[in-house]
Amino acid sequence: MLKYVIKRVVLMFATLFIIVTICFFLIKLLPQDIPQEAAQQEAMMERLKAQGYDKPIYVQYYRYLRNIFTHWDFGTSWKIQKMQPVTELFIERLPPTVLINLYSLLVSLPIGILLGIYAAIKKNKWQDQVISTSVMIFVSVPSYVYAFLVQYFLYFKWGLLPPTVYSLADAGGSWFTFQMFKSMLPPVIALAFGSVASLCRFTRAELTETLTSDYMLLARTKGLTRAQATSRHAMKNAMVPILPMILGGFIDILAGSFIIEQIFSVPGVGQLYLTSINQLDYDVFMMDTVFYTFVGLLAGIVTDLSYGFIDPRIRMGEK
Amino acid sequence: MSKTAGNIKSIPAEKFAFVNRGEKLTDTKFVDKPVGYLKDAWIRFCKNKGSIVAAVIILIILLFAFLTPAFFTKYDQTFMDVYYAKKAPRNIWLRDHLGICSGTVTRDFNERGMLVLIGIGIGAEDTQGTGKVTLEEGMASYYQPMKEIGDPQEITGMIGSKDKTIYTCELDTYLEYGFQYQSIEQSEYKKIKEWESQTGLQVLYPLVEENEWNLEPTNANYWYKTKKGTPVTVNARGKAKEIAYEPGMVLEDNYVRDADGNPVYYMFTGGGDVDTAQYKVRVLYYNYYRYVNGFEPEYLFGTDSQGYDLMLRLASGIKLSFLVALVVSIINFTIGAIYGAIEGYYGGTTDLVMERISDILNNTPFIVVATLFQLHYASKLGPIPCLLFAYVTTGWLGMAYRVRTQFYRFKNQEYVMAARTLGASDARIIWKHIFPNSLGTIITSCVLVIPGVIFSESMLSFLGIVKLGTEKTTSLGTLLADASSIWMNYPHLMLFPALVISLLEICFNLFGNGLRDAFNPSLRGVEE
Repeated sequence: MLKYVIKRVVLMFATLFIIVTICFFLIKLLPQDIPQEAAQQEAMMERLKAQGYDKPIYVQYYRYLRNIFTHWDFGTSWKIQKMQPVTELFIERLPPTVLINLYSLLVSLPIGILLGIYAAIKKNKWQDQVISTSVMIFVSVPSYVYAFLVQYFLYFKWGLLPPTVYSLADAGGSWFTFQMFKSMLPPVIALAFGSVASLCRFTRAELTETLTSDYMLLARTKGLTRAQATSRHAMKNAMVPILPMILGGFIDILAGSFIIEQIFSVPGVGQLYLTSINQLDYDVFMMDTVFYTFVGLLAGIVTDLSYGFIDPRIRMGEK
Repeated sequence: MSKTAGNIKSIPAEKFAFVNRGEKLTDTKFVDKPVGYLKDAWIRFCKNKGSIVAAVIILIILLFAFLTPAFFTKYDQTFMDVYYAKKAPRNIWLRDHLGICSGTVTRDFNERGMLVLIGIGIGAEDTQGTGKVTLEEGMASYYQPMKEIGDPQEITGMIGSKDKTIYTCELDTYLEYGFQYQSIEQSEYKKIKEWESQTGLQVLYPLVEENEWNLEPTNANYWYKTKKGTPVTVNARGKAKEIAYEPGMVLEDNYVRDADGNPVYYMFTGGGDVDTAQYKVRVLYYNYYRYVNGFEPEYLFGTDSQGYDLMLRLASGIKLSFLVALVVSIINFTIGAIYGAIEGYYGGTTDLVMERISDILNNTPFIVVATLFQLHYASKLGPIPCLLFAYVTTGWLGMAYRVRTQFYRFKNQEYVMAARTLGASDARIIWKHIFPNSLGTIITSCVLVIPGVIFSESMLSFLGIVKLGTEKTTSLGTLLADASSIWMNYPHLMLFPALVISLLEICFNLFGNGLRDAFNPSLRGVEE
């Protein structure tokens, strides 16, 4: 088991390294524009020289990696925040993304799973038909459509919630004030529609399968009531594939959703990415790329490995 | 018992006859036609009502996209009218018969703003320039933009602004533009006059005096006398008296009049001979539009932010999005099938190496791939090829994975071994013997690629990473992106593209699921 985990982690970092290398070269090949102002130009040239930008590209890459490993330096932002280290800029943008996605996951987890369980228990009855049909629709409709609906009704028509997420200064200087929470509700709701639907669909599919299996029949024959058998036997087994998915979802929180951040002007990681490519701030772009790749890989590996931890029957890495 | 047995034994030989002597014994022919894999899938697909409905809706949307330029709209792709930009859906027939698509919006006005718009209707009704048209006559005018005026509401206690009265009004956005000054040649002037007498519609209205009572000389809608925007009557001594907004109100006109007191309809501004002399005229834009185009402005889906027909833009957006999705689907199918087949068939080291490659591609965020392609090649190749490249770079992975799985399942089966023993080449075994097994999954995922591509295209366009819109073509995502900053005031701009995308997504998913079930023989008989 341990050997397998180590193997997977090493493989993950190898993949990350290759992707980062390719992206680094592709981004470095893009034309860099130098600011017009003399003082800025000088400052930038100096910084660039320190990073070895007059050297061949592989030397630049070597220095880039060395800077990351020695003092966690991913470069400097030139356009978005003048001369600020990218890591600082990046860490500033992380909380709103994480918070919004965390809230949304916390809201949709219970609703989605409960709806899924209900639909599975009422399989092929009208309740199930209603839930399954609406889930089908909610899964298919793109997330930005919910964003528009939420914005239109909750802000424009009824005036209940603000249209966009407040900036830190407007909400009293903290990400955890009530005002901030209120302004985060629209994106949270918009995100929740889709994830409730997909969770519900997944739970229903897994649970209907376990409900019809033989050990359920045995449990009933032993004299357990339907509720007992479902909660003690079916649920546990149905959770085996659901829990890894949830864990993967928690990692994906970091990445967030570009389009939701754009619509609700969340000052998050996704928006940082968009601004960085609009303004061609390459170091920021590069760091965002590394981040997204890493998060994706991590979510995959956590999902895969958690199967082994959750279900002792599954032996990871066996042929 | 023994008696019977004895009888059987003693049957004379001549009583025996051959049943079918000289006939060939063959299997009887099937009466029914054999049901093949595809036919079987088709039969089962037809039983799935949801998928059929979804397929029909997709067809309708496609038909809409292809037939719209020819049948459903009178505009062409280059037709643009800046004055009718962002207008709500309007269709005269539907408005008169069903009361929908009237091109109206509900907006709040203060009294001054409301009077300007009411003034348009009054001014338009005043065909002779007499200035005697009352409020009621003006409200009944065909050209009255204010369709309904709500009761006045007092807004009090607003921080930083005075108390004010607002009216919630229903406004016909097509008439809202009202009058306009135009500079035309004399020949044109004559043509308009002729058109006016033929149709009985009035285009040219009296010019307005540029004096102290004219609030904005460039705005042709201030045809009545105002003092800082409030309508007034002016007596002989030049003293102004405000006109209150009340039943029977008559606005005092500010028309240019000649010595006899008749209103003046044109002003010579320069130019040479009879034909090219330039006239400044004041036109009612709604009727001027009718004069130029020969029909009333009506757009069933409204107009987009620049004044193009939204229905036409939508049709062209659907076409482009579909085309991109279809091309991606076909290319992915080709690459994915070949890659997956080689991977799955040869296995071992080949598989390991190829898996690593697809692993790396799979873990590169798609948005980064799309961005890099756009940044590197958009200026050289154009955005559409770049988008296609981005899809093709990572899009075939899913297909390859599915084909590979199928190959792993089938490559060690007996019939494959038999084929190999008989000397079939690798290529023959791959394509003739194993590949057809994965046809079902491949067709299904080919179909399911389409909604994915339409969605991510719309997302990339919306985020501004891909810029597909031009004058001639547009994509669904571009339409959304165009609407994104202004759609709250013009909901139709968002409604139609979002509706089409949502419908396409739902229908393609239903259709794809139906196909998947139909192609899965193990589900046969389970549904009933």
